[in-house]
Amino acid sequence: MNLVGNTDLAFSEEQAMLMDVAREFCRDKSPIAAVRDQLETDTGFDAALWQEMAGLGWSGIALPESVGGSGLGVGALVPVVEAMGRAMLGTPLINTALAAQLILRSGSSGQVERLLPPLVEGGIATLALLDNGDWGADGLALRLGEDAVLTGSKRFVGDAGVADIVVASASRGGDAVLVVLEAEQLAGRLRPNTLIDQTRRAADIDFTGVQVEAANIIAGDRVAAALRDVRLCGALLVAAEATGSAAACLDTIVEYLKTRKQFGKLIGSYQALKHPTVDILTGMEDARSFVYHAATLLGEDNLDRDAEVACRMAKAQASAILSYAGDRAVQFHGGMGFTYECDAQLYIRRAQWTQQAFGDAQHHRKRLAALLLD
Amino acid sequence: MSATEAELAEFRSDVSAWMADNKPADPGFLLPQTFMEVGDERQLEFLREWQHKVWSAGYLGMAWPKEYGGGGVEPVFQNIADQEMRRHDVPICFNVIGLGWAGPLINDIGTEQEKSKYLKGILSAEDIWCQGFSEPEHGSDLGNAQTRAVRDGDEYVLNGQKIWTTMGNFAKYMILLARTNPEAQRKYDGLSFFLSPMDVPGVETRPIRKITGEYGFTETFFTDARIPADCLMGEEGQGWSIAMQTLQYERGAEAGAAGGLAMVRVTVEDMVEGLEGVERDGAPVLEDPLVRDQLVQAIMDEKALVLSVRRTGIAHLTSDYPGALPLSNKLRASELTRRMRQLAINLQGGEGALYVGDDTARQGGFWQRAYFNSFSATIGGGTSQIQANIVAEHVLGLPK
Repeated sequence: MNLVGNTDLAFSEEQAMLMDVAREFCRDKSPIAAVRDQLETDTGFDAALWQEMAGLGWSGIALPESVGGSGLGVGALVPVVEAMGRAMLGTPLINTALAAQLILRSGSSGQVERLLPPLVEGGIATLALLDNGDWGADGLALRLGEDAVLTGSKRFVGDAGVADIVVASASRGGDAVLVVLEAEQLAGRLRPNTLIDQTRRAADIDFTGVQVEAANIIAGDRVAAALRDVRLCGALLVAAEATGSAAACLDTIVEYLKTRKQFGKLIGSYQALKHPTVDILTGMEDARSFVYHAATLLGEDNLDRDAEVACRMAKAQASAILSYAGDRAVQFHGGMGFTYECDAQLYIRRAQWTQQAFGDAQHHRKRLAALLLD
Repeated sequence: MSATEAELAEFRSDVSAWMADNKPADPGFLLPQTFMEVGDERQLEFLREWQHKVWSAGYLGMAWPKEYGGGGVEPVFQNIADQEMRRHDVPICFNVIGLGWAGPLINDIGTEQEKSKYLKGILSAEDIWCQGFSEPEHGSDLGNAQTRAVRDGDEYVLNGQKIWTTMGNFAKYMILLARTNPEAQRKYDGLSFFLSPMDVPGVETRPIRKITGEYGFTETFFTDARIPADCLMGEEGQGWSIAMQTLQYERGAEAGAAGGLAMVRVTVEDMVEGLEGVERDGAPVLEDPLVRDQLVQAIMDEKALVLSVRRTGIAHLTSDYPGALPLSNKLRASELTRRMRQLAINLQGGEGALYVGDDTARQGGFWQRAYFNSFSATIGGGTSQIQANIVAEHVLGLPK
């Protein structure tokens, strides 16, 4: 028995370069005022900024060179997503990258060559996995009939309103399949969600009666494994983003504790505030360790046991610490923290969205127990 | 000339074979897991014999100079020996204050005479060393030490009290932090550092009975105790900087420590294995969903700590909060150990109520005793609360 197991942690030149560029880009382009400007817009992001990101090659980081990407894998996307989380920059990057991974990991070469190049150029894709709010279900209640017509719906599809293509999990005669729908096919079928995190957008989609083109059906043995892998990659990317947001939340708390006076003293001198702030720091550092450990273990192949353990630990830790940080940020700002004007609200809202995305901490710990103890 | 890979591999296999052949049989009583738990003569003699044996075989003080009892080889050999000791789960090399604090210090800044007098006895375990830093009124605030050392001719006269002196009743020498100048403007500048004999009139030790019911520490009283003036290390007033210098040897053989296992590492895996046969609701305890969740959290905590050490060397992943990982390490490691051992007892069901001395206690009451002893690390060397203040102030820049 070796419960702690694999503890590999490497950080490549490419990751270092991407981190430097992404940090600077996000700092310049996404100050908190810009984040607030997007809270009540339709799409939740600045289209010109998204094109700039695509221009930097971020959409293709994890895609092979054959479709125009950089061939660096999902691990190289981690520092970029972390930087975006630090700046609370909401764009369709994560959803696009994950939808692309689904296609890459299960599609035919023809589908890969046709569907992925537009995404490298700034096209937007998303993935529709959930039949309901249960991240522990297989997500195959959507039926694809023999006539290639869909019956059923999906919930909480991120960036559905702006996606050029939606990749949905479904079943055909009991087998897992993926269907790729184009935006025009889904006109009038979206019911936008009002999300707790106002930097994001999502919608429920009713697919009943939609006809899927034969070329847009992905079937075969690789689909189930791709779905499993992409859920784990999703958990990791959300964890990386949450780790960045937790660091930004920590900075916001520390800044206030260093300037706000009560009873003639800076409130940061009180241990009742100091010690939980240190807990946020160490918890965030732990999340960061898990995230980059997981990034080290991701490759092009199906995720192995060590990589699965790492992704699940990353998500369990990151969502727990961001929840704690957001919660304490509101409390420590006192009356100010209770206002919409205070930035603490951005983090507590992000935290509560993050908690559920790709499975909450309990979801992952339950699966870790099986992986580690059985 | 550096050792080749082949030489190192051959050395590793030699040490491994030696450890396998010489690992002592279970003595029939619980052995200390750290040097802070040597409570009686029986344990002392057992560990003295073991350390002597390891040194005689050439696996301790390997990087110390040959003329003082060391091996005169590169530190990498000692690291390999230490790894093999851990792997074979052999007893600790218990003379830790000598091996890891006093010895490296004497090697670095001691006189020829001091090296000849002290180093070999440290390695052979003939001379046990203790440390006199903490005082009853100044637990975490070492800089405020009040024990006085007054120069009188070719002697210093010591008066005052130290506490938490590990093995004070067994030790021949103490590294002592005492105040030579109470008038110094900065409290730190009034301190001096001594290599002080314990067997002089006026030095008395009184063993402290710990929460475990055992011993391991003493109070040490100085009443007009006279020690030779040449016991002073460096100059008067350098006590604080020399005391701080002793802390850097914790980094191991490269930094100058003699090596040897300082503590028996207890992992979450040991805890899980220790639960073999325990039942809950008529089924193995490892099948209980709530227990499983707690164990996963403990595994994650332990893994995070290992990863954080690995990450420390990667500049891009540490530059946001410089010092966060090293400065929080003691806090996190000691708190994790304490939580994990408490959990280990809580998972034993009815047997959790038993203690060392009951024949039916699980693993002889190992976890119960280990839990109580774990507070020595959350309190000693600066309490967890002080550690959290240090991180808050030095890493996050929060006000005092």
